[in-house]
Amino acid sequence: MYAQMVTPETNGDEPSPELAEFQARIDAGDTIEARDWMPEDYRKTLIRQISQHAHSEIVGQLPESNWITRAPTLQRKAILLAKVQDEAGHGLYLYGAAETLGVSREQLVADLLAGKAKYSSIFNYPTLNWADIGAIGWLVDGAAIMNQIPLCRCSYGPYARAMIRICKEESFHQRQGFEIMTVMARGTPAQRSMAQDALNRWWWPSLMMFGPPDSQSPHTAESVRWKIKLLTNDQLRQRFIDQTVPQAEYLGLSIPDPDLQWNQETGHHDFGKIDWSEFYNVIKGNGPCNALRLRTRRQAHADGAWVREAANAYARKHVSNGK
Amino acid sequence: MVECVRAHLGLSICYLLSAICHYPAPSLRLSAIGDWRFPMNEWPLWEIFVRSQNGLSHKHVGSLHAADARMAIDNARDVYARRNEGISIWVVRSADLYASDPADKDTFFDPAKNKIYRHPTFYTVPPEVKHL
Repeated sequence: MYAQMVTPETNGDEPSPELAEFQARIDAGDTIEARDWMPEDYRKTLIRQISQHAHSEIVGQLPESNWITRAPTLQRKAILLAKVQDEAGHGLYLYGAAETLGVSREQLVADLLAGKAKYSSIFNYPTLNWADIGAIGWLVDGAAIMNQIPLCRCSYGPYARAMIRICKEESFHQRQGFEIMTVMARGTPAQRSMAQDALNRWWWPSLMMFGPPDSQSPHTAESVRWKIKLLTNDQLRQRFIDQTVPQAEYLGLSIPDPDLQWNQETGHHDFGKIDWSEFYNVIKGNGPCNALRLRTRRQAHADGAWVREAANAYARKHVSNGK
Repeated sequence: MVECVRAHLGLSICYLLSAICHYPAPSLRLSAIGDWRFPMNEWPLWEIFVRSQNGLSHKHVGSLHAADARMAIDNARDVYARRNEGISIWVVRSADLYASDPADKDTFFDPAKNKIYRHPTFYTVPPEVKHL
């Protein structure tokens, strides 16, 4: 669904003719393709950003798949299955984009399983009731789209193309989430309170998805110059809030922020303080589900080992048979 | 110069290999790389091309790992054609793709740049002459 906490290293390259030409191409709106010359920091930053994003898609399947067997209707179950399958596809598009930069899939997966790679902190929260599936689609996928739409115009071709595919599909995710919320918000008092409860729990973590405030994200400038980040964390967060508040009003649900109010002067919503200590705590591995997510991924990887080996053996046999 | 690449990946090993396979004989490349199809037990990478409708050519949509061609096609359907994006799929092992070198782009395509007489707009057509 999305990448966060990407802190590009400062550009260590001496200004060289290649670097100047590279920056000129980006400034002119040209797209950088896999085999073009690029500064090492651009490559490294992109590998990190894209792979974090890919890991987020893969781990993001887990909180949702928690409800596949308990979806309230057969249609809801089929939809959720399709959505979770999309997330796997998104992970794959993004791993593919990262691989064009010269890193192997095996290495990326190994980093995730070793706990070395980051993924979006939001997926370390549990899905406690069915309304959480609605809230994830509406808020988490909504935040992801907000972050990803600008990336469709990013300077790195394979990444931009993956983003275009992903954004098309995320739109379904967000709408199905909002529909779940609509049905529950208009349902029985119990359903309504489940919807409110889900909003209460997912609202602040969703705002954190955009990453730390710009004041604490000093490397944003370089990523902006390289057009691998087109809007800052705070800009995206503000857009998301402005977009979501009327949607919550439509649902008749209240956003759990007493300081939230429309500011006539700025033309935006003011909002309360985000508890960044919670964010950093989850990033460090202390969220409610960090250990569970990693354990589940490792188990899945181990359980699939025989399939990978068998497929390889079968392919080798057919190659050696000349088929 | 035809350069040996593992697809469009900027892998440094490919540049090394391109030196080895300088006289491009595809069969040599295989022996030069040995068991390159299963590096570190990873399934090989395939490039995926999808024809969205009859009348259009297959277009590159991305890549994926698969043990063999059959699996590559099946997975390509699930990954790149979940929403009626295609009616036909081609898969090509990334290692079997050859590409021009982006660094040689200027000199390589240079011969096309100074032959403006190849374009119809080069010629002056008298306004009174029609259907030309």
